[in-house]
Amino acid sequence: MARPSGEFNAAPMADIAFLLLIFFLVATTFDVDTGIMRKLPPIPDEEQQRQQEDKQIKERNVFEVLINSSDQLLVEGEPMNISNLRESAKEFIANPRNKEDLPEMEMKEVPFFGQTETTKGIISLQNDRGTSYEMYIKVQNELTAAYNELHDDLAMQKFGQHYSELNEEQKDAIGDIYPMIISEAEPKNVGGN
Amino acid sequence: MAKFREEGKKTIPQISTASLPDIIFMLIFFFMVSTTIRETQLMVNNEVPGATEVKKLERKDLVSYIYIGKPKRQFQDMYGTEPRIQLNDSFAKVDDIRDYISTERKQLDESERPKMTTSLKVDVDTKMGVVSEVKYALRKASALKINYSALEVDRVY
Repeated sequence: MARPSGEFNAAPMADIAFLLLIFFLVATTFDVDTGIMRKLPPIPDEEQQRQQEDKQIKERNVFEVLINSSDQLLVEGEPMNISNLRESAKEFIANPRNKEDLPEMEMKEVPFFGQTETTKGIISLQNDRGTSYEMYIKVQNELTAAYNELHDDLAMQKFGQHYSELNEEQKDAIGDIYPMIISEAEPKNVGGN
Repeated sequence: MAKFREEGKKTIPQISTASLPDIIFMLIFFFMVSTTIRETQLMVNNEVPGATEVKKLERKDLVSYIYIGKPKRQFQDMYGTEPRIQLNDSFAKVDDIRDYISTERKQLDESERPKMTTSLKVDVDTKMGVVSEVKYALRKASALKINYSALEVDRVY
């Protein structure tokens, strides 16, 4: 026989729930981890090193970015403000007017595009040991932005969609046309610590 | 004759608190879903720079963290004010990174090891010298996928 149900006292339940709530408030963090993704080059063994020395990269194909210990930029031998870096990197990579001093274009078979011109340009970044991390990230950010904008423009032109909305194969095809290569030399130590 | 109610005699009925736990439980579920458990106690100042081109780090289980920054006030007597590296819950040297990476790697499933990412959480006031050393150590440990931790901002200059 079931007993007639009486009033259930729910007041302590709220206390327990509050306790749990406070535990979760204290023990957890809200932040989502975001950041700039990069791939480091593997350390070459001796055989590879010799091959690399043979393989000369033409000067016109390299976009040289130097940051000194007082956070000043030297781009292709000229001092530059950080706000102009994105545009000049974009112009360098895409080489829209086929200039002699900007990187060579190579005809390649790319899925979705057929025979197209792909850039051979690479970016070389070198910093000093005394460069601030803040400046370094700004430069990395601008260079990434340059590539991202080129990828996005091309995606819009070809597929009518933003780069982030494309599928993996389409992304790879665009990555073949504007390959993102940022090579980093070992930092110098000229500015002192 | 109009009837008047006798004022003051009637007591206000007590508010039922039965629905209060439900509301609190709802809040708990919200916090459980939208937050992550804090894993390490930060011993260094860690204010990451801002950037516009950030990507979200997915699969937190594949990420190992390296913190770099000035030791916090209470550790400064012992460790000085120069930027230091923190791995897990203790200060470390650059040489310790290799062991750290290999233990982190062993914890992962073999098929997922190539996807391992190292997140560099570096304070904005750090110079590149120590960061370069860490990067070189990571290359030697062949942990090549890295992520410079940064907050998303609208503009950087």
